[in-house]
Amino acid sequence: MPNAHDVLFRTLADPTRRALFERLCRDGEQTVGALTAQSGVSQPAVSKHLGVLRQAGLVRDRHEGRQTHYSAQLGALAPLIDWTSQMAGFWQSRFDHLEDLLKRMDQ
Amino acid sequence: MSEPSTETLSVIVEREIPHPPEKIWRALTQPHLVEEWLMKNDFKPVMNHRFNLRADWGTVDCQVLAIEPNKTLSYTWGALGLESVVTWTLTPTRTGTHLRMQQSGFRPDQKQAYQGAKYGWQQFFANLEQVLARID
Repeated sequence: MPNAHDVLFRTLADPTRRALFERLCRDGEQTVGALTAQSGVSQPAVSKHLGVLRQAGLVRDRHEGRQTHYSAQLGALAPLIDWTSQMAGFWQSRFDHLEDLLKRMDQ
Repeated sequence: MSEPSTETLSVIVEREIPHPPEKIWRALTQPHLVEEWLMKNDFKPVMNHRFNLRADWGTVDCQVLAIEPNKTLSYTWGALGLESVVTWTLTPTRTGTHLRMQQSGFRPDQKQAYQGAKYGWQQFFANLEQVLARID
């Protein structure tokens, strides 16, 4: 199974795809037509990018009549902003420094 | 949007340290000592005191929340979009001190964390593109 980070990074590496995702984050739910109008690429291209974003869990689609509405799923970014593993490493090294300091304080 | 969560995340680091709590307390609360193992700072052991920890990568905004000499020290820790609380607990043992650090913060799907992270994201996206360009 591919690493969650790999999927997210690969999905967001494409500038057009990233712009679509950022727009959904900023402006909320949009139809494919509205997204196409501002994207500068064709509707099939927009639909294809949205499909990749959906597979990565970054957007959700909702059908209403003949329109498909897309919305950003911010929770999908969680693996990238899970701060706990970074901070655990940070504090372990600080504890090492603290112990060194305590030894020096004896002298 | 996913359902907002009220769950918090925590990092806990614990160690048996062969020094008495009083001495560790000094290292945790005297600014010139704190600088030696953590970061430059203007810490004061005073309730509600606001202070900064400064490193070459940026500044951590802090405020003292709880202070009980030689036993417990708690302060907020805000940096890089992370709003969290760091709590130190010192427990005397036969050979020294059991030192425990707990950092608790919000899950990234909570609004508060996202608002803080918003600014970081623009930079993140810019950096991402550069990193990926280098990998290729």
